Amino acid sequence: MLRRYGSQYAPAVLMIAVAVAAFFAFPFNLAFLTRILIMIVLVLSLDLVLGYAGIATLGQAAMYGAGAYAAGLFAIHVWADPVAGLLIGALAGAALAALAGLALMRTHGLTLIMLTIAVAQICSEIANRARDITGGADGLRGIRMQPVLGIWEFDFIGRTGYWYAFAVAAVVMVLLAVLVRSPFGLSLRGIHQSPERMLAIGAPVYWRRHAAYTLGGGIAGIAGALTAQITQLVSLETFSFALSAEAMIMLILGGTGRLYGAVIGTVIFMWVHHTAAANDPFNWLFVIGAMVLAVVFFLPTGLISLPPALKRLAKGGRHAGS
Amino acid sequence: MQGLEVRGLSKRFGGLVVSENIDFDLKPGDRKALIGPNGAGKSTFANLVTGILAPSGGTIRFDGQDIGGMGEAHRVKLGIAKTFQITTLFPEMTVRENLRLPILEREGRGFRMFRRASGDAAVEDEIGTLMAQFDLGPLADRPVRDLAYGQQRLVEMALTLALKPRVLILDEPAAGVPSSETHLITDAIARLPEDLAVLVIEHDMDLVFKVARSIVVLVQGRILTEGTPSEIAGNAQVRELYLGGGHD
Repeated sequence: MLRRYGSQYAPAVLMIAVAVAAFFAFPFNLAFLTRILIMIVLVLSLDLVLGYAGIATLGQAAMYGAGAYAAGLFAIHVWADPVAGLLIGALAGAALAALAGLALMRTHGLTLIMLTIAVAQICSEIANRARDITGGADGLRGIRMQPVLGIWEFDFIGRTGYWYAFAVAAVVMVLLAVLVRSPFGLSLRGIHQSPERMLAIGAPVYWRRHAAYTLGGGIAGIAGALTAQITQLVSLETFSFALSAEAMIMLILGGTGRLYGAVIGTVIFMWVHHTAAANDPFNWLFVIGAMVLAVVFFLPTGLISLPPALKRLAKGGRHAGS
Repeated sequence: MQGLEVRGLSKRFGGLVVSENIDFDLKPGDRKALIGPNGAGKSTFANLVTGILAPSGGTIRFDGQDIGGMGEAHRVKLGIAKTFQITTLFPEMTVRENLRLPILEREGRGFRMFRRASGDAAVEDEIGTLMAQFDLGPLADRPVRDLAYGQQRLVEMALTLALKPRVLILDEPAAGVPSSETHLITDAIARLPEDLAVLVIEHDMDLVFKVARSIVVLVQGRILTEGTPSEIAGNAQVRELYLGGGHD
């Protein structure tokens, strides 16, 4: 029993330990570490949509940007409470996904991918044109958040921001862990693996996909709200194609359809990006490209499968030796 | 009338007539087989009954209710289910998970988000019963892509039966199964619930004569004749058209 629970919660305990260790080990890089946490939330949202439900999208940034602008505007004009802002961001992301999903979820494959890119581009263009509201290309400025839960002020070094982002990422992680084990989560995997069969067992495949896309949009909206609140700035970049594409690479790197895969992929991508770009600002993409190629060829289920793969290799080696 | 009642059913694809004026009944407890040469319109007929295709004419009634305009999912809920000719399972899932999905859908729980899919004892019991019925118990936790094809066909039948259908259409249940394993399929069909209405569409004549109590012969979209296995075996026209003619 203990062993079973041990293996079940070991990754969660490890993640908390890493977060605490990182906080003390890199006290002057908290802004960067916070960016990793926010990206983890975005990549988790993509994992639900792409990894579990099999909805091919290169436009997850649309909902991220919607959440960021909604939370930013809400803080400036209505109420600067962080948690309320998160809810507004989630609602904005979910609403956009629900609306776009009505059309998007009727399509598949390449058509779907192109349309998801188009939605993000349209959002970006709207934000660009509505300069009076969004600040256009200059970005949305003047976001001043109240203390988290009325207790913790956002500080200059970013300690509050770090723990706030960590808490939100942890809540999202737990929520998704429950979701993917639920009947709903099982049915999403079913739709991913065999949509014809899901129809034949009487499942409303379209609405199931729509629900998954909307939920994923809500979580992406939370990630966007986090970035608006912590960096106190929202730029048009939040809608960018590059962001959607990077999120997808992080997910593939770590392993799709595995929540910890999304976490690992994000951490490794961001860390490699950070160090490789510092050493060689022009060729850092080469390192990422090589890693993605290696993963796709040798570990198609992602880096999350590296430990079991090594274990198998070691076992095989011993067999060969004996 | 109880069961399925088809009258004057037609299906045209443009100028091509694939089903013409078909009358067909299937009552609880029936064990019927639909045979006919390639291109006779057997699968089209099955797809019309399950709602994958929309008919060009005629009526389909189930327990007296007109279901001709209903979609596939709706008819499944009423109790009409079909296995796939080509195995269509959830390949990365275990046998247990493959059977859990249709039960949860049947019970209308597919949108539940905050309970464990495997957390309902009644559902898990039902999965166990189904696996026992098809001798799948020892394979319960293996992903279905790792199973032999004959075993996958059994999962296919178990999955469809998990919907608790009242009409079960088996579309070539032994297609692609090596002859050494076809007895698995015949045994499984023999063990289906007595009151279930079963229609088997099959090329394998041995299997048809083992499981069917009544055989319908379809040729070029039309019903040529219907009778008991011995009547059909003795029918000169059928022998000439189908059985004798070096069928594949």
